[in-house]
Amino acid sequence: MALMSVRNLKKTFPIRGGIFGKKIGEIKAVDDVSFTVEKGETLGLVGESGCGKSTTGRTILRLYEPTAGEVEFEGKSILQYSPEEMRKARREMQMVFQDPFASLNPRQRIGKILEEPLIVHGLGGAKERKEQVEELLKVVGLDKFHMNRYPHQFSGGQRQRIGIARALSTKPKLIVADEPVSALDVSIQSQVLNLMMDLQEQFELTYIFIAHDLSVVKHISTRVGVMYLGRMVELAGRDELYRNPLHPYTQALMSAVPIPDPDAGKERIILSGDVPSPANPPLGCAFHPRCPYAMDVCKEVRPEMKDAGGGHQVACHLLDQ
Amino acid sequence: MPSLPEMNENSSVTSIDYAPSIHESPVRYFLRAFWRHRSAAIGSVIIILFILLAVFAPVITPYQYDQRSSALLASPSASHWFGTDDMGRDIFTRVIYGARISLQVGFFAIAGSIVIGSFLGLIAGYYGRWRDTIISRIFDILLAFPSILLAIAIVAILGPGLNNAMIAVAVINIPAFGRLMRSRVLSVKEEDFILAARAMGMKNSRILWKHILPNYWSPILVQGTLGFATAVIEAAALGFLGLGAQPPQPEWGTMLSDSREFIQLAPWTMIFPGLAIVCTVLGFNLLGDGLRDLFDPRMKE
Repeated sequence: MALMSVRNLKKTFPIRGGIFGKKIGEIKAVDDVSFTVEKGETLGLVGESGCGKSTTGRTILRLYEPTAGEVEFEGKSILQYSPEEMRKARREMQMVFQDPFASLNPRQRIGKILEEPLIVHGLGGAKERKEQVEELLKVVGLDKFHMNRYPHQFSGGQRQRIGIARALSTKPKLIVADEPVSALDVSIQSQVLNLMMDLQEQFELTYIFIAHDLSVVKHISTRVGVMYLGRMVELAGRDELYRNPLHPYTQALMSAVPIPDPDAGKERIILSGDVPSPANPPLGCAFHPRCPYAMDVCKEVRPEMKDAGGGHQVACHLLDQ
Repeated sequence: MPSLPEMNENSSVTSIDYAPSIHESPVRYFLRAFWRHRSAAIGSVIIILFILLAVFAPVITPYQYDQRSSALLASPSASHWFGTDDMGRDIFTRVIYGARISLQVGFFAIAGSIVIGSFLGLIAGYYGRWRDTIISRIFDILLAFPSILLAIAIVAILGPGLNNAMIAVAVINIPAFGRLMRSRVLSVKEEDFILAARAMGMKNSRILWKHILPNYWSPILVQGTLGFATAVIEAAALGFLGLGAQPPQPEWGTMLSDSREFIQLAPWTMIFPGLAIVCTVLGFNLLGDGLRDLFDPRMKE
């Protein structure tokens, strides 16, 4: 059984305007996204800015209420939970945030930040909690004496370690990591990525790893989903996707990854035009206005996710040719 | 020519001062900056002085505040430093005791409006929707009245007296704190660390009290200090109109009002209570301005 399965998830944000603040439209941030996450794997979600990958991450944890769809965690629908049930269930699914400067309360000491999830979920007495905080700091490569420091006294990489330690503190099964390394220097990125991979092994974690950096996703993921304009366009095993991208958008993305070899002859696919507005997405396939292979059917019929063999799923009409 | 040992000592002392604030707690860092800031320091000195006068009033003053003497409207002298009023009461004594009343009124009125205003502002900002609409419209209504007029109306309903004046001053200051808190909550509730707190599974009440409030007491403190000054003026104004402190309570506004008739004959009856009001208000304004500068994130480093 999949640890988490997401079916036909939709999240729209209303656009309000006029003197009475009436709803005059909506942003389709997540538009009919389905995927499953198996226990112990890392599902990478990639896509450019504004494609809805962060919103997807937040919606499946009910930090945003989904507009429609179904999210199951260990076979139970978490959307049916009452606020109190959901609050308790959060112990099993934690989150690591993108900005290590904004995601730690500037007025709390590190010890307190790490202890709070334990207090909130009633885990252990004061002494055990303190021991566990020390243990957590050690696990992420920080020291005991850091407990009495404030977030501003740490570097970005250290803070992200604290953010990871906080997510680990309740011993969750699933961690949604929302661009956890994109705010860090490249040299620090690999440290944090390797730490996350070590922790995954040590604590049998499952990650949903959101990023826009394709090489980062390739490094950490077991499967990768590509998103465009709120939709999942391709979902496949990491090696399969990087070797054999089937969707024209994925192909264009892959061609944008620089190869560290000046002589490597590589065809760069340049997309024309801009990403359409998610308030008014194109009919049919969302990618058709920019797609070099667009056909008539792409302008009218929205392609469904189909298996192209070996669990490689693509939403593209080209596959039917 | 300096001796050799001295030079050695010098060279060892000139180690570079590695950013001293790194290991300093924010409170200690703040206190250091506070004393370097001129108007904050001056303001707090004035306020501490008035607090000391108020606390030790019975020790400092030579007379009882309602003790009459045969010297009516006597000019300032060695026995009556600030002169006497039309009933022969010592004005110095009354001004000192007046500090007690003014500070008390200011403190309780502002404390009351901070508690009620911040609470309403938190609720309005955090929960939003209909709660926000109701609370914000109440603030709008309160702000639509000129504040002193509203205070007069409240005292007229409750009846004149110091306690009722205090309540009136508290009520008219509620929207200022409420709106401030609401706007702060609106901005902070979108911050990542609040989202992180929710993702961790915290209850709303815990997020409100432990994460939002501690991050936003600084503007409340600034507004509270500045509000203290206006509260002192408003209480004095109510006293002047005969709606606040009642005779023989030595309230500064009441004293001003009582001495209206003698302004040409005995100006000291008016000058000293007036000066007391000016100094107190100035003190709180200086402190408030100083705190505002110090809490401004752009002032850091």
